[in-house]
Amino acid sequence: MSENPQTADGTPTDGTTTDGTTTDGTSAAAEAVVEVEAPPEEVTAELAEDMHIATGTREPILVSSGVTMQFGGLRALSDVNLSLHEGEIIGLIGPNGAGKTTFFNCLTGLYTPTSGQVTLRGRAMPQDPARVTEAGVARTFQNIRLFPSMTATENVLVGRHVRMKQGPISSLLHGPRFRRSEAEAAERAEKLLAFVGLTRFSDELARNLPYGDQRRLEIARALATDPSVLLLDEPTAGMNAQETEATRQLIFAIRDLGVSVVVIEHDTKFIFTLCDRVLVLVQGELLVEGSPDEVRGDPRVVEAYLGAPPEEVSAQLQTGGAADGAGTAEGKSE
Amino acid sequence: MHAVEETPRLSTFLSQIANGLVLGSLIALIALGYTMVYGIITLINFAHGEIFMVGAYGGLATLTYILPTAIATTWYFALPIALVAGAIVAMLIAVAMERFAYRPLRNAPRLAPLITALGVSVALQEAMRVFYPGATAALPFPNLFIEGAVVIPIGDGVVIRYVGILLIVMSLVLAFGLERFVERTRLGRAMRATSQDRDVARLMGIDPDRVIVLTFAIGGALAGVAGVLYGSYLNNINIDMGFQNGIFAFTAAVLGGIGNIRGAVVGGLVIGLVKALGGQYLPGGTAYDYVWIFVVLIIVLVFRPQGFFGESERVRA
Repeated sequence: MSENPQTADGTPTDGTTTDGTTTDGTSAAAEAVVEVEAPPEEVTAELAEDMHIATGTREPILVSSGVTMQFGGLRALSDVNLSLHEGEIIGLIGPNGAGKTTFFNCLTGLYTPTSGQVTLRGRAMPQDPARVTEAGVARTFQNIRLFPSMTATENVLVGRHVRMKQGPISSLLHGPRFRRSEAEAAERAEKLLAFVGLTRFSDELARNLPYGDQRRLEIARALATDPSVLLLDEPTAGMNAQETEATRQLIFAIRDLGVSVVVIEHDTKFIFTLCDRVLVLVQGELLVEGSPDEVRGDPRVVEAYLGAPPEEVSAQLQTGGAADGAGTAEGKSE
Repeated sequence: MHAVEETPRLSTFLSQIANGLVLGSLIALIALGYTMVYGIITLINFAHGEIFMVGAYGGLATLTYILPTAIATTWYFALPIALVAGAIVAMLIAVAMERFAYRPLRNAPRLAPLITALGVSVALQEAMRVFYPGATAALPFPNLFIEGAVVIPIGDGVVIRYVGILLIVMSLVLAFGLERFVERTRLGRAMRATSQDRDVARLMGIDPDRVIVLTFAIGGALAGVAGVLYGSYLNNINIDMGFQNGIFAFTAAVLGGIGNIRGAVVGGLVIGLVKALGGQYLPGGTAYDYVWIFVVLIIVLVFRPQGFFGESERVRA
């Protein structure tokens, strides 16, 4: 078991080292999932160099303090606090209508919180979506929002627009500087597609891609904006076990790029095996925050989140969440 | 004996094909503006025909009031200058129209900008009638290209004027260039992204307002070029030319699949050919040629509502 690198203890390398042990297919998950491709290590390394996101700061990057969102008489969020550190993966779970997506919209400047504030590296989050992206926060959408009639490569290239600042004159004249930045963008797009494993679909229209690959393409497009924080809204919705596992590997690799990640998911098992910290949102309020183990064992979560008899469900959760890498749990499930 | 009877018929047929292609190229050039604007903001800009008309008057004004006679009568100076002038005037009007008439209604129900477009159309026509000297009647427009024609010796001879050939070539070259621009360049990519999901495009640092202005500017410039070429081919222009040809161009855009560049060109050519051949061969003659255009439109839309090249599904979140 010691050579099994797939653990959820948050050590920054385990996401990619799995790739080195491809013959050991069972290392991927407790379920018998085989041949999950993690992003190639050299691509990850090159991308990390290109993006140079990690700054090594100990200060939290993204902080939400006392965020409250009121829609007329409905209080969608009340007093939600979050602090995301560099290289951290935070999970946000909660029943439908708990305010998870609303919270994402507050984090990305789509909504202005009624009270409270969101800061990125100590600065107030801009209210203009484009400025938010420029500041280094990228996101994906619960309902995939790719540019359907553009190729995979073009979708990623559009993500580069926020980093390419040339006026219309310069782009019409196609000067040397313009060409260089176009070539760089094309190169980056190629690397990003390799990173998410979509090289073979680079010239395919986005709408023709399989569903799971559309989600991966959306992630590649988000990464093209050089984000320091990536917000993923239900990245595994509608995926089978194998695709889900591949997504987990991908998110680990994204963390290895130096990007800090916040994930919304319904799949608690996925969250518990992925995240360093988990926040439970219930009816707009932060119910519990802690490590996957703490959250999983918390009777309030079981009760409020699942709304079912505590004993039964907590037992379910324990077995369901057992895949998070504890050696004994691995053994048990096999 | 048989062959002798056939050749005059063949020459008539070929002449009508040539006429159809000239008219079709002109319509295609106007249709590009309709289709691009629709592609970006799903607005049928009914005032686009008037942009074409204003472009023609802009070219004429340059020739009449600005250029010295010596230059205005030398085709290789007059033609490029008039084309550029017509394009610039039309572009400015199109951009102003977007800025002041449509942008304030960007988030209004779709009927509001549509009605506004009709209003802008009437306003431009009447402004031209009132302010352009002599515009209450048709004005003569000089041929800006080499006089004369190619005569293909079949039957009675198939006559194709040089200015007609110019019109066909320019229109195809511009349409081809536009397609390359939209498919291959960064700005074109930004345009397509904006058309497919404006909010996400904005999130990626694309300024939709700038993209929309660019779209109106390009569509306007093409219509301006079309206006000058129209004047040069028919040798007179009038206030109503925009309405009439605007309807044809709109029909061409719908026929080809609105939002699609190639569709606008094919739609334009089809309409040109239907008008020319229908007027020649179908009952009622030229008096009924409009009818055949819309009959074709209806038939195509019954069987293929999205037009020749249109996408049947428009994915919008």
